[in-house]
Amino acid sequence: MTNVAPTVGEVVADRTVHLTRESLVRYAGASGDFNPIHYSDEVAERVGLPGVLAHGMLTMGLAGSTIVPWLGDAGRITDYGVRFTRPVVVDANDGADVRVVATVAEVDEEAGTARIDLVVSHAETTVLGKAQVRVRLA
Amino acid sequence: MPVNPELVGRVFPPTQPYLVGREKVREFARAVFASDPSHTDVAAARALGYADVVAPPTFAMVIQDLTLQQLLAEPDSGVVLERTIHAEQRFRYSRPIVAGDELTGRLAVTGVRAIGKGAMVTSEAEVTDAEGEHVVTATSILLIGGEES
Repeated sequence: MTNVAPTVGEVVADRTVHLTRESLVRYAGASGDFNPIHYSDEVAERVGLPGVLAHGMLTMGLAGSTIVPWLGDAGRITDYGVRFTRPVVVDANDGADVRVVATVAEVDEEAGTARIDLVVSHAETTVLGKAQVRVRLA
Repeated sequence: MPVNPELVGRVFPPTQPYLVGREKVREFARAVFASDPSHTDVAAARALGYADVVAPPTFAMVIQDLTLQQLLAEPDSGVVLERTIHAEQRFRYSRPIVAGDELTGRLAVTGVRAIGKGAMVTSEAEVTDAEGEHVVTATSILLIGGEES
């Protein structure tokens, strides 16, 4: 396996994932999180939400997974944290696009580590705050 | 019932061992759009030195969720799912989760801070393998809204 040698400011991954209601049901089943605000318009409305929302952990999951092909090994991730700042409303017909841009924020060559910052947005708005992944480079 | 401030420091019994299945990892990888072959292709995972497919980084949530169910079931906690918002999440890994792992989670409540009528609850789930070795610690901050008066 080759070592990655990133430079600060380098964009290492950039992708857009299209979420539909099917994606939410699939994540509910895979994760065990069956909170109805993630699939029922009726419940979402009753609790005062703007619509059915993607699970925060689905957004965090797809964001973190975005850098694994570049990294070459998920085992190089030592720390991954996010704040859930804004909801992703998934329309029943149109779904929702979530864009993930991963940029190298910090490199410590001596320690062989780096920090990758993720900008995760939906409808031109950032939905995760302080989304940072710490990785080993070798 | 408001969130019980005396939850701080409470440590829950370890969850029943959870056996990580290969198809479960594949299913989860598909659900979080994890496209790297190491999550689904055994040969690709073995080429990296793993015994079986590697779970995506947030798979630890499946184990953490089992521990959070214990918190919700605690009769005096005051933590109610309907009023709960996930505010922050963090994972610190010793190694990735791999199919075949038998994992146990142990939850500790490390902070309760009153905010208005509600509270912010910080908890840590330490996930260990069958040998008792540390795999990942999952820290979550939940905001529990106050009851309507």
